[in-house]
Amino acid sequence: MTTPIETSGPASGAQPDGASTPEPPKKIEGRSPGRIAWSRLKRDKVALAGGAVVVLLILAAVFAPVLTALFGHPVDEPHPDQINPDLGLPKGAFGGISGDFLLGVDPTFGRDVFSRIVYGAQISLLVAFLAAALSVCIGVVMGIMAGYFGGWVDSAISRVMDVLLAFPQLLFSIALVSVMPNKLLGLGDTGVRVAVLVTVIGFFGWPYIGRIVRGQAMSLREREFVDAARSLGAGRAHILFRELLPNLTAPILVYATLIIPTNILNEAALSFLGAGVRPPTPSWGQMLSDAVGIYQADPTYMVVPGLAIFITVLAFNLFGDGLRDALDPKGN
Amino acid sequence: MLVYLFRRLVNVVFMLLVVAAVTFGIFFMVPKLTGTDPAMLYVGKIADKVAVEGIRHKMGLDKSIIEQFWLFLKGVFVGRDYNAGTDMTHCAAPCLGYSFKTEREVWPLLLNRVGVDFSLAAGACVLWLVFGTATGVVSALRRGTALDRLTMTVALAGVSLPMYFTGLVALAVFGHQLGWFPINYTDLADDPVAWFEGLVLPWVTLAFLYAATYARLSRATLLDVLGEDYIRTARAKGLKEPVVIGKHAMRSTLTPILTIFGMDLGGLLGGAVLTEKTFNLRGLGYEAVTSIQSSDLPVIMGVTLFAAFFIVMANLVVDLLYAVVDPRVRLT
Repeated sequence: MTTPIETSGPASGAQPDGASTPEPPKKIEGRSPGRIAWSRLKRDKVALAGGAVVVLLILAAVFAPVLTALFGHPVDEPHPDQINPDLGLPKGAFGGISGDFLLGVDPTFGRDVFSRIVYGAQISLLVAFLAAALSVCIGVVMGIMAGYFGGWVDSAISRVMDVLLAFPQLLFSIALVSVMPNKLLGLGDTGVRVAVLVTVIGFFGWPYIGRIVRGQAMSLREREFVDAARSLGAGRAHILFRELLPNLTAPILVYATLIIPTNILNEAALSFLGAGVRPPTPSWGQMLSDAVGIYQADPTYMVVPGLAIFITVLAFNLFGDGLRDALDPKGN
Repeated sequence: MLVYLFRRLVNVVFMLLVVAAVTFGIFFMVPKLTGTDPAMLYVGKIADKVAVEGIRHKMGLDKSIIEQFWLFLKGVFVGRDYNAGTDMTHCAAPCLGYSFKTEREVWPLLLNRVGVDFSLAAGACVLWLVFGTATGVVSALRRGTALDRLTMTVALAGVSLPMYFTGLVALAVFGHQLGWFPINYTDLADDPVAWFEGLVLPWVTLAFLYAATYARLSRATLLDVLGEDYIRTARAKGLKEPVVIGKHAMRSTLTPILTIFGMDLGGLLGGAVLTEKTFNLRGLGYEAVTSIQSSDLPVIMGVTLFAAFFIVMANLVVDLLYAVVDPRVRLT
């Protein structure tokens, strides 16, 4: 490894095409691409609404204990008085929705659905964010290397991505989860499941980001600022991560935002198939899976987690779409 | 062309080998780590030592992992004899081994199941390809109108909905409440009308999910293509708008659509786990999930290979179609 020479990378932040001015010594005056993007995003009301919902959801997940203490009941507390003992279904209409139980109670146990939804958001968002981070880390490193070095490095990495995309991910994930022990490396049951979910979803997600980064890196390496850096004696690591990477932040940011809703759907799907966190820890997919047998008698219990997934994924998609449009250098 | 085809076929075999090796490695190593004995799984819990050892020897489970993998591959291509002294079983050419649970051959078992997935994919893929692409194209041509905004909102909602949720809602409303469609699957050979009726809900649910993605993709691609120079040239030389769109723009718009169509169709043929669970269909996905739950390694292995085979083959067909659709692509 060569020591990176003290050169300031091409500006900071989201700069989709900051290459036309190689190595600007100080910040560009006037409106930086980042600021243009921000002003566009501010005008996009739909994207902002999506972003606001995302922030609210994150806050709800973080402050789940506070929320349930204020508006609900402890997450695993059964309320047999709310359940019709003959049917095992909520007594009240619409899944037992009342002032006391905002989203009703779940069948059999009579646990507060509101609390379980809020705690389910914790698992859902935690898995989605960590898996996205994993995908981005692997995808960026692999993609940037494949695109910049080309040749056999590119062939090898591209081949690995092809194989991963050909892999039946869902089956593989269920299988892997099912053979995992309950305790591992000092993690508890839920911890192990979360770790496996993050690993599986994140690992199968990186080729999507890798392909995009690879394409961008391929075109960037022909730019003058890369030649300039090389002629100044910059090492490979410096060129890859200090010269190329800052120019890739915009697409990476956009795809990271758009991979999170996909991950939420994947986590819910795995939980739906029984490969998510194990009950009694709540998750949205698992609630939907429980609803399969009883949706005629108690449709509320199917609709509530379904809508929770829908709203969350939609909010992330709206925000991600808006972010992509705002950061698009071709947009106006 | 022939050289290209040969190279691609070699690639297909290579990919399948890698998928097989990875699956084999993981799922034949994991029992060792978790301390379960595959031979025990064949015989059952209350078996005496002699029987377990006999099965271990007969199934070749006492050999090293490399030898086992080699025998497995040999079984796929030339068949395999399970030999334990007097007790000999022959498993004909595409031999994927024997199920731990039912002790039947895996290959016919999977062939039996794949019909459901073919039925499911055949109807759904026509629906989503036609409706998704048509919607996207109309949206792009009427960009900015109320129609465009409406369809894109529906499409965004479509990509944000988990299909098992829309499936359950469709079942509850159209299957149970209104009673328009039967809720069970009939084999095509038994009764074609019942086959069709039983598949309408799965087809529409599945197609809606995919159509949303295709509408978004085809709209974005067509808008990109319409900005290209050759479209301006086509218009400048006085071609009528339908010719410009239909003959010039659509050709390159279809290329990325074909790409994901290949992956999606291949993925579906190899087992639509979520759809099958939602609509209670017994296809490869169902087989996979049940085999995973009972740690039936040979069946897991078989389904994974089946699924990977379909994905890789679909991709190959798509790549060949590129040359037909897009005049810029030459197969070399």
